[in-house]
Amino acid sequence: MDNTVKEPLIHLSKREDMSFGKKWLVRIIAILLSLIVCAGFIFIIIKMNPVEVYEGIVEGAVGTGRRFWVTARDALTLLCVAVAVTPAFKMKFWNIGAEGQILMGCVASAAMMIYAGNALPTGLLLVLMFVCSFIAGGIWGIIPAFFKARWNTNETLFTLMLNYVAMQVVTFCIVYWENPAGSNSVGIINAPTRAGWLPQLFGLDYGWNLAIVLLLTVLMFIYMKRTKHGYEIAVVGESENTARYAGINVGKVIVRTVGISGGIAGIAGFILVSGSSHTISTSTAGGRGFTAIIVAWLAKFNVWAMAVIAFLLVFMQQGAIQIATQYNLNENASEVITGIILFFVIGCEFFINYKLEFRKKHSA
Amino acid sequence: MEQTYAIELKNITKRFGKIVANDGINLKVKRGEILSLLGENGSGKTTLMNMISGIYFPDEGHILVDGKAVSIRSPKDSFDLGIGMIHQHFKLIDVMTAAENIILGLKGNAVLDMKKVHKDIQELVDRYGFDLDPAQKVYTMSVSQKQTVEIVKMLYRGANILILDEPTAVLTPQEVDKLFEVLRNMRDDGRAIIIITHKLNEVLELSDRVAILRKGKYIGTLQTSEATVESLTEMMVGEKVSLDINRPMPHDLKKRLTINNITCTNEDGLHVLENVSFEAFGGEVLGVAGISGSGQKELLEAIAGLTKLSSGSVIFHSPEGEDIDLAKYDAAQINELGVRHSFVPEDRLGMGLVGSMGMTGNMLLRSFRKGKGFFTSLKAPKELAEKIKEDLDVVTPDIDYPVRRLSGGNVQKILVGREIASSPAVLLVAYPVRGLDINSSYMIYNLLNKQKERGVSVVCVAEDLDMLLEFCDRIMVLCDGKVTGIVDARKTTKEEVGRLMTSHKEEQ
Repeated sequence: MDNTVKEPLIHLSKREDMSFGKKWLVRIIAILLSLIVCAGFIFIIIKMNPVEVYEGIVEGAVGTGRRFWVTARDALTLLCVAVAVTPAFKMKFWNIGAEGQILMGCVASAAMMIYAGNALPTGLLLVLMFVCSFIAGGIWGIIPAFFKARWNTNETLFTLMLNYVAMQVVTFCIVYWENPAGSNSVGIINAPTRAGWLPQLFGLDYGWNLAIVLLLTVLMFIYMKRTKHGYEIAVVGESENTARYAGINVGKVIVRTVGISGGIAGIAGFILVSGSSHTISTSTAGGRGFTAIIVAWLAKFNVWAMAVIAFLLVFMQQGAIQIATQYNLNENASEVITGIILFFVIGCEFFINYKLEFRKKHSA
Repeated sequence: MEQTYAIELKNITKRFGKIVANDGINLKVKRGEILSLLGENGSGKTTLMNMISGIYFPDEGHILVDGKAVSIRSPKDSFDLGIGMIHQHFKLIDVMTAAENIILGLKGNAVLDMKKVHKDIQELVDRYGFDLDPAQKVYTMSVSQKQTVEIVKMLYRGANILILDEPTAVLTPQEVDKLFEVLRNMRDDGRAIIIITHKLNEVLELSDRVAILRKGKYIGTLQTSEATVESLTEMMVGEKVSLDINRPMPHDLKKRLTINNITCTNEDGLHVLENVSFEAFGGEVLGVAGISGSGQKELLEAIAGLTKLSSGSVIFHSPEGEDIDLAKYDAAQINELGVRHSFVPEDRLGMGLVGSMGMTGNMLLRSFRKGKGFFTSLKAPKELAEKIKEDLDVVTPDIDYPVRRLSGGNVQKILVGREIASSPAVLLVAYPVRGLDINSSYMIYNLLNKQKERGVSVVCVAEDLDMLLEFCDRIMVLCDGKVTGIVDARKTTKEEVGRLMTSHKEEQ
């Protein structure tokens, strides 16, 4: 038997609560470290001046007024989806179907624009588009929720598969709405009349996007914190047994909550079609339904932290496009940079919760 | 000459965050000796044993096996040193036989000779007087037989130092006697045995020496022959605590509940409750005894409206003179009918409370529907939380601090406090003091007694017979989902209740 008298070199122990300031200090150090590692990566692998590359990223994301607003617009859309998935995830309903729910919202909006675009006054049309995309996204959420509540089906697979169904629905619609014929795309909808396009607000091109998303964010904050529904969601998420004990109808809460979750994702679809792309394709949602899950979890479901994280992620994406063109870099290079930064940001949470203890010198 | 100990712990310290679970513990066990490790819940017994069995690694201190310093980094290391731990929850595979479970994971030869395995096991079984058939499938076994499999498994693998974590918690009095006999045989064969327990009578009956922990600190080791219940209690709790539970005589009894022939079926279609009938009165404590899994949980959930009944009725006689059959409604509807009954479930954090919420959030659990409108009002729950914190001495940094992080006693105070606050007519409690230290236990007893004196009908499920006999007015005994007797707690004996708990075996 070989049992030498050695402690393991390192072992972990749980930390008591860190102070608020210290937590943020760790996070800031993590970001600085990540920038240094990225600089090493840029310098050694790409053989370029890291400072220039960083400048390129900032330049690309917020360098001009136009670029700033594109970044802001995309960040707002991402935030909207993150807000949408929040209640479902808070309830531990693993809704990875936001992508499909967004697309269904897009379809509803586009359909209204195409069929009713020139028949209704602008205000009424926009309100109808808003409502219809909420309902369409909501239905796409309620279907798996109902099956979960009734027969306890696995919501992860169900919502994932519905994404593909939604894509097929969009493909089908594109064939129907093809414009011009033979292009295999819908083209810019109502380009001459701009019917169903979100107008300017306060002189800002994306003013309405901003207003709608911020309003939804605030409402979601209040909904989760201050309402009976929000309380029920928290209880069901913690333990279904406790919910049953408190006389909460778990099935009803699941269907209602995921309906709302899908509905808000649908509104994100409305914002995409009416407020930025003015067209629809199978890639309109562009993976936001998945990215938003990362945003929501990183923020620990705090809607304000979500706003910051959504902005950071889009900032990096836009910056990546810029350095890719400016320095003729492969776009993957910037994805590596984003990856390194995320690794450090997520990794530092470990050091907030645990501390490492090294072997003491004297071993008897 | 210095004696070598089978296992010796020197100055062991283990911390979890700011909590010191073990603070400089010293412990020695000889071969051919049974040592009891005694301490209240939360005194660090299990943590200490987990370090011996390789689940945790000590922050400071040394472990010596047979006089040699060793480092136990994993359960495998512990195993190689001949240490075997029998946990409270068994880790057996139901569809396999006892013998298959025993050899599971062992290397052995390329060709498995089951006959030899059976023979070897039988040899061990005979040597120590176990009651075990190596060919029996685990799913057909009783709890005590499963425990036997776990013990034999350790012996078969050559464990010389056996650690048993609260081995008697799930056994009937008769089974406990049998276990003790086997343990004594093993001791006489030169093995070292440590049993973790907080039952004083077992310590006195079984062990040679007893080591006492209190709040993570090592208090001392006594020869059992020199120890008495009083001296052990004093060492365990630090001050002399009377073992008597105050029990006021019931007066002014009013019928509150009539349970008529209720039958309840589980997912597998088995009757977990079968034709159970009884009455409960306001002003008394009705105890419910039984081996765990005899239908106690289902009985309380049936009365609380959380379980659907196959047949029978649960009549609630309200103080206003109405009779309501609760079996017809679910929990939410019962709530709306204004039936004031409260329920302290067995699984405190998994059912009675929301672990991630603070006291305020948990007060809301029973009352959040109150008041019209869409929004919750936090004012009343906040006041209630403050009041419970004050009245019941709940130790928490803040009323919004997650209750999951509080100690078991504080969690139970919060839960009982909330359930009493709604001034119930019927109070259902499951294992009200399980896992609590003595002081918290007495506080809970007092709270329940106060409810009894207020004319509430208290129905109390518990496993500890001493407590049931001292605390309740009547005791109903369940066995396999059937009522095997209702006795007067002041007149009955532990043996009688124990017999009723296992009376299904006599019928066969």
